[in-house]
Amino acid sequence: MPEHYNESKENTMAVSIAIDPITRIEGHLKAKIDVSDGVVQNARLTGGMFRGFETILLGRDPMDAPQIVQRICGVCPVSHALASCAALEDAADFTPPVQARLLRNLMQGANFLQSHILSFYQLSSQDFFQGPSTPPFSPRQKKPDLRLGEAETRMMLDQYLESLDIRALCHEMAAIFGGRMPHVHGIVPGGTTATASAGQIQDFRSRLKKVRAFAEQRYLPLIYMLSEVYDDLAHMGRGWANAMCMGVFPHPDGGEPAFRAGIWAHGRELPFDPDKIVENVRYSWFTAASGGSPFSAPPLVVDLDKRGAYSFSKAARYDGMPMEVGPHARLWIGNPELSPAGRELALRHLGIRARRFRDLGETFVFSIMGRHLARAEETWFVADVMESWLDALKPKERAWEPLPELQNAEGFSLTEAPRGSLMHCLKVENGRLSFYQVLPATLWNASPRDDAGLRGPMEEALVGVSVADESSPVNAGRLIRAFDP
Amino acid sequence: MNKDVSSPLRPLGRRNFLRSALLTAALAGVTRTFSPCVSRALAETLTAVRPPVFWLQGMGCTGCSVSILNSLHPRIADVLLQIMRMDFHPTLMADEGEGAMNFMLRSAAENDGAFLLVQEGAVSEEEGGRFCVIGEAGHEEYPLSVTLERLAPHAAAVLAVGSCAAYGGVSAARGAMTGAMGVQDFFHRKGIGTPVINIPGCPPHPDWMVGTMLILLDAVERRGLAEGLREVASTLDAWSRPKAFYGSTTHENCPYLYLFDEGRMAENFPDKAGCRYGLGCKGPTTWCDSPLRRWNDRVNWCVENALCIGCVQPDFPDGQSPFYRKNLR
Repeated sequence: MPEHYNESKENTMAVSIAIDPITRIEGHLKAKIDVSDGVVQNARLTGGMFRGFETILLGRDPMDAPQIVQRICGVCPVSHALASCAALEDAADFTPPVQARLLRNLMQGANFLQSHILSFYQLSSQDFFQGPSTPPFSPRQKKPDLRLGEAETRMMLDQYLESLDIRALCHEMAAIFGGRMPHVHGIVPGGTTATASAGQIQDFRSRLKKVRAFAEQRYLPLIYMLSEVYDDLAHMGRGWANAMCMGVFPHPDGGEPAFRAGIWAHGRELPFDPDKIVENVRYSWFTAASGGSPFSAPPLVVDLDKRGAYSFSKAARYDGMPMEVGPHARLWIGNPELSPAGRELALRHLGIRARRFRDLGETFVFSIMGRHLARAEETWFVADVMESWLDALKPKERAWEPLPELQNAEGFSLTEAPRGSLMHCLKVENGRLSFYQVLPATLWNASPRDDAGLRGPMEEALVGVSVADESSPVNAGRLIRAFDP
Repeated sequence: MNKDVSSPLRPLGRRNFLRSALLTAALAGVTRTFSPCVSRALAETLTAVRPPVFWLQGMGCTGCSVSILNSLHPRIADVLLQIMRMDFHPTLMADEGEGAMNFMLRSAAENDGAFLLVQEGAVSEEEGGRFCVIGEAGHEEYPLSVTLERLAPHAAAVLAVGSCAAYGGVSAARGAMTGAMGVQDFFHRKGIGTPVINIPGCPPHPDWMVGTMLILLDAVERRGLAEGLREVASTLDAWSRPKAFYGSTTHENCPYLYLFDEGRMAENFPDKAGCRYGLGCKGPTTWCDSPLRRWNDRVNWCVENALCIGCVQPDFPDGQSPFYRKNLR
């Protein structure tokens, strides 16, 4: 394929390496990195698959949307179902019952736990240990840069295998109120289909206890330990070092959500304003007219011959800025207290006296290990707050009310999927969907360059990452997986 | 590599497998054909040479891969380490980039005619297949369509997992502009004669995927490749689905069937005293064993919680829409 990208001239001395597929992520991603002096000088990420949900949704019954959009992501279907229901409910000026909000939080929470455990153990953990000499653990890169001794290696394999069962428990929790996972049936416009029996609450609670114990006794200690062993990765991959959270886990009674919305940029905090979001398409395989505000962007038109374009991902920007999203962004903005285990471990392994998340420091948080650690801390935080929602459930309380029929209306929703911010915008005309825009986390973290030429967050974070051996660019993969793209 | 590392796997010997098989057999009510075959296959794969499996991800959501991770009988760890030799799986494999691609291409050449392809997600050949590129090797991009064209004729069989791979599914729904389609349609176009087994569902139950793989391995083990494949082909329905899992409608096994027969229909979601047909349930025309098998360690299933949206059906989602009846109150 002809090389159009204009910055390549700057790096004539660099060796260009293509990594495709980036494995152990959800979806199709290619990384092209230019390396010289053992360091990544430039990077571009290619989202290599396109289905076009926004046109698939057009003309459909609005009530079908929450089921269709779940098929965007098999790892985070709950978030898409919730975002779609919330946008429809916004369009109908409808507030779901308190019991429904509790049940939705619990299903979303269960899937956060599922997704985070999957992201670290099944996807990322092999970046740090050598499994048995059989697929899927073998083969692997020639120089995988693994630094654990025999005992720790065995411990990590044990945890990998144990985590498979724990992750399945999280899906079971979501299925108790949602019917099945992946792709829940229980989240519908108007509320939830389940009413939560005392038995179901007990079944949910017993599983939650096991998952929480796993987070406390396995996941957190492991991540803090790895942050010490792989200490160079604890200050590598800084990137734009900014953060966005659209807010998630609304308070059932209307108070502050568990993670509040906010922006962190240029070293200070700003209020979040959805009107400042724009989708750029200069480097995407879509016509120039396809971008714009998510409230009004026209349906995508593919243009695979577009000069300079290199991705099916659009570049979402906030007030012109690429923004990092995900657990580290949510925790940086919300700045909750660390887990009790985490406070001890931070002192032991990192030598940091930390009470709240930001005490870990910007350099550490915006690093490969920092982003992993945020995911582990958030697993504990979500498991903890879920118990209070479980306590607030009233067995057999109705959790659904009919949504007023939508003829001509528009609505939007802001939430967070496990991997980062999620926004849905829709319009209904004559009872049919006439407009649908989905802004998933990938359009932020894994975005290509924007119209101003600014790299996407993961592209920017790749710059400066060390590559000791060009045949085994392990740190590039580590950085990408730490974002859980 | 250090041999000690693999030792935690050794205790998962024959006894554990048989126990696991017995647990599966405990679900014998689910399907008569499934369980005896499973216990045989589980016992025998311990000694048998496992054919390599290449799991390709096309135009989909990875939900099928996530669903198979929920396999409990047998446990997913056993599936990965002892049943399926997963030489290529983008979500799970250690290697990446060219190394991963070359390993698959080499393994395919070495096992000509003897490897299995699992296809997840739909395939498109429009724009030279560029709507879905799965990797790069030797400075050459590998669109899914090109990869399938090269590998599929040399595969022993293809398992099309999920409704997208089987029939196009949501990826090929009305409004899609990518030309996405299922594996059989693609093979028909390309004149590829490799047998295809469809395991639809959005996503499929883990038992449907693992169970079909075991049925296949068992048949090949007992009767050799050609005869074994013929035996399995004889157990598929007109839509190439294994009758073991898709042989009855959701409706006929539904615990709420008596409510349907009595004409007591649910009026809304919280109303659990009525048949969900009143809400728009697609159970009467949907072929799978979900009501008996249940989901996620059997804690629940679609209709018990809400209703069936017909996700295993060839016309999902368009032909199953609208999912809900109007005027629920």
